[in-house]
Amino acid sequence: MSQIDLDQTHQDQIERDHTGRFTGVPSVSSSPSSANGPPQARPAAVPPGLAVAIASARLTYGGTCLFSDLSLTLEAGLTTCLLGPSGVGKTTLLRVLAGLAEPEAPTRVETSDGLPLAGRVAYMAQQDLLLPWLSVLDNVLLGDRLRRTRITPEQAARAAALLERVGLAGREADRPATLSGGQRQRVALARTLMEDKPLVLMDEPFSALDALTRLRLQDTAAETLAGRTVLMVTHDPLEALRIGDRLHVMTGRPASVGPALTPPGRAPRRADDANLLALQAELLRRLDA
Amino acid sequence: MNALAPLGRALVTLAALLGAWQTVVWATAAPRYLLPGPLAVAEAMQRQASTLASHGLTTLSEILLGLIGGVLLGGVSALSLARFRTARRWLMPVLVVSQAIPVFALAPLLVLWLGYGMLSKVAMAILIIYFPVTTALFDGLRRTEPGWLDLARTMGATPAATLWVIRLPAAQPAFWSGLRVAAAVAPIGAVIGEWVGSSSGLGYLMLHANARMQIDLLFAAVLVLGLFAVALYAAVDALARRATAWQVETQPSDD
Repeated sequence: MSQIDLDQTHQDQIERDHTGRFTGVPSVSSSPSSANGPPQARPAAVPPGLAVAIASARLTYGGTCLFSDLSLTLEAGLTTCLLGPSGVGKTTLLRVLAGLAEPEAPTRVETSDGLPLAGRVAYMAQQDLLLPWLSVLDNVLLGDRLRRTRITPEQAARAAALLERVGLAGREADRPATLSGGQRQRVALARTLMEDKPLVLMDEPFSALDALTRLRLQDTAAETLAGRTVLMVTHDPLEALRIGDRLHVMTGRPASVGPALTPPGRAPRRADDANLLALQAELLRRLDA
Repeated sequence: MNALAPLGRALVTLAALLGAWQTVVWATAAPRYLLPGPLAVAEAMQRQASTLASHGLTTLSEILLGLIGGVLLGGVSALSLARFRTARRWLMPVLVVSQAIPVFALAPLLVLWLGYGMLSKVAMAILIIYFPVTTALFDGLRRTEPGWLDLARTMGATPAATLWVIRLPAAQPAFWSGLRVAAAVAPIGAVIGEWVGSSSGLGYLMLHANARMQIDLLFAAVLVLGLFAVALYAAVDALARRATAWQVETQPSDD
């Protein structure tokens, strides 16, 4: 892939920091696993990630069994991509993890630190879900507003730094309506990062964007989310291959999740990588099965 | 297109209406005590300016107090309906059924209970304003984008915080539509109240002038009332535009 630099956003300004921390900003690592979890043999710079597993998941919708006895593991600090045809139940599975859908018995959600997942997820949807009456900065700070936490100058500075990191420096005071679709989704990404939660859930976050904008956002997302536990639902095999560490295909009715496919190298991978194209063929085969 | 064009169009429309009025007066040769011409009304307006002003002030105060009271009451009702399921289940049917009773039929009762002063007229205006404000705001509060609510839930927001930070601002366009309707009907409430029983106000002045065949004064009072209604609507519209500037208008109203 040749260097894409048509956008006014500054890709090259984004610092490449794969530790998952935000450089230049006082990092507030609030992962409870750092206190209670098993000792980690990781470098001190990397915050210990949270592994999450969903087991014996079962869901019926309108009398049809979407899936039954389904399990999926999200490894700590890795991006897991879940692919599958429309209507297979990927989004529902993600919503169960997000606490937005009630799981049916005997569904179990397990975490590596044994604590419940509630309140420890950040959610990003296909729509940017920006509030049109709030400024870009206030949208990034939405979580604090909703939790009735006083917004300190430090929090505001952190939000501004995150906006800079996603390539939107100087747009803090603008209304979302003045931004392009790609820029709006960048704000949504900054808002997701602002939450600073151990698990990030993304539901087809870039599928409403044009191809070029999507590639750029995938780069930014892969860079900013590195080191976090992420579940990303997508229907785009190339997207999964570019930014996923573990790729699962969900097919059938009732649906099952296939074994993980592990693309080589570190995300974001180049879209024109020959290995990737070979794996894409394999993914499409699995999706079609 | 320059900025004065809308004003110019309004003036042309006004001139055409006045011309039509004067034509009817000439064509029918109606006596002055039945249908005065525009000039006669203008003359009455000038002659009775202080009377019109003092009665107009009464009516305007009633309208404004009614508007404030109706919006506060309607706002609180809509918020409670949106926030509490019990309130919805018990009050919603009452609210709907209450609208089956013509508010005008209550006017004599209100005057009986609250007296001939301003209070009964303010109550009347409140009753008329309450329903459009409540239903519009409640409708707006119910139609929040589901994705925003999902996001709020994952962010650990309480229902009250979601209502305040997301649902209420999102309902603003609906609320302002309701308030526009309310502003247009508020003068009716005040005047009906004055007709039933009062000693001042434009409604009182109209009855008084009618009984004494001062039809030019009656017309003048109606014009002042119309002026209030237009000014009120314009003020509410300006506030609405300011408050919902974030909303993209797909069709400008003067297009």
